[in-house]
Amino acid sequence: MAGTALRGRLTWQLAKVVAVTAETASVRTIAVDVPEWPGHQAGQHVDIRLTDEDGYMAERSYSIASAPGEPVALTVERIDDGEVSPYLTDELRAGDSLELRGPIGGYFVWEPEDAGPLLLLAGGSGIVPLRSILRHRERSGSSVPVRLLYSARTLDDVIYQGELDNRAARVEVVYTLTRHQPPGWSGYARRVDPAMLAEVAWPARMTPLAYVCGPTSFVEAASQALVRSGYQPGLVKTERFGGTGGS
Amino acid sequence: MSPVSRGFHRRRQDSAENAGRVPPGQYVTKDFPVLSAGPTPHTPLDGWNFSVGRPGRQRTWNWAEFRDLPSEDVTVDIHCVTKWTKLDTAWQGVSVDTLLDLAGHDGPFAMAHCDGGYTTNLPVEDLTGGKAWVAYAYGGQPLEPEHGGPARLLVPHLYFWKSAKWVRGLEFMDTDEPGFWENYGYHIYGDPWREQRYAGD
Repeated sequence: MAGTALRGRLTWQLAKVVAVTAETASVRTIAVDVPEWPGHQAGQHVDIRLTDEDGYMAERSYSIASAPGEPVALTVERIDDGEVSPYLTDELRAGDSLELRGPIGGYFVWEPEDAGPLLLLAGGSGIVPLRSILRHRERSGSSVPVRLLYSARTLDDVIYQGELDNRAARVEVVYTLTRHQPPGWSGYARRVDPAMLAEVAWPARMTPLAYVCGPTSFVEAASQALVRSGYQPGLVKTERFGGTGGS
Repeated sequence: MSPVSRGFHRRRQDSAENAGRVPPGQYVTKDFPVLSAGPTPHTPLDGWNFSVGRPGRQRTWNWAEFRDLPSEDVTVDIHCVTKWTKLDTAWQGVSVDTLLDLAGHDGPFAMAHCDGGYTTNLPVEDLTGGKAWVAYAYGGQPLEPEHGGPARLLVPHLYFWKSAKWVRGLEFMDTDEPGFWENYGYHIYGDPWREQRYAGD
């Protein structure tokens, strides 16, 4: 678990962009080739650094979307008034160089031996590190039961939808669409609340391991509801996308 | 020397407008982002206390006693390792100098202990000399739980993970032991002006 701590210095590396793929209207997955990648755990992130012609630099953190053992891929949502994310989603293309360092973070990670059952709660682009966990579980042949509750504004905002739906036979995926639902939608249509979690989440007596990632309001509401339903606070790991307008 | 990122242009002027106040790699935010590794604890005030010392010989204050200690109003800039900087944040709390004057000094390093199990390590000299507080109000209001209430450490000259939320005590140590994030690869000291984000920086 403390793997990162033992690796020593995190040096900046020049990665090569291999492909940029559209996930939704505002989300891109950026596959990069990192020459000396030390490997990562599911759930970790990297720091990106951009430099302009005047030498001005901007740094941001992004979750790794790919599983350990796969080439590094980042999934980035465009924040319209941001400085870095619009560049990554709109300007960056295959062949470009990208400075990064990582992997970073060793707490919001999952390994097959951490067992479960696993409860993954995603709000918006909070799905990204959880997708790494899902892929890691599948690639490692883990049979740990997993449920994913994914809150998105609309169906068009669901990232990795094809992948998640194709996996639904072995992974229970439940969506809630908070802003707009397609005609005939029979799923949830509200923000995550205790009643929804009572229906979707593993019962606390199974001592589930929960990963909650998304905007602060989502993480606060979801993690509080889990703890109040009996989840052990130490088994509820959270990653909050701080405020707004940052990226 | 970092290569120019093709097609990248600066869109923020905040670090230029606030020259000398924004450490390298940081951007200015007007929000107050929240970052925590687990659920927010909600400790009732009648079950809250604060301890300073070594195990077995501590000075402990309950909430009422703690609120009776002399407090200070401080306005400081804060810098989170996740890259945001927030300028002119206004806090009220008890200076760690006040606490250590009452509890005594008992070692060169300290570990902050918090509800939820979070810890972070600091040299005592970074907690003294008017550099650190145990803050219980922000912007004139009681500190909200998601921002660390009832009380959090405030050590603004270091990255903000050192300003431990939900802090309940300071334990003196003879040697500098890593706390929670320091054990996961974050810098043992965390000076934003030297960009000490991760081990080895």
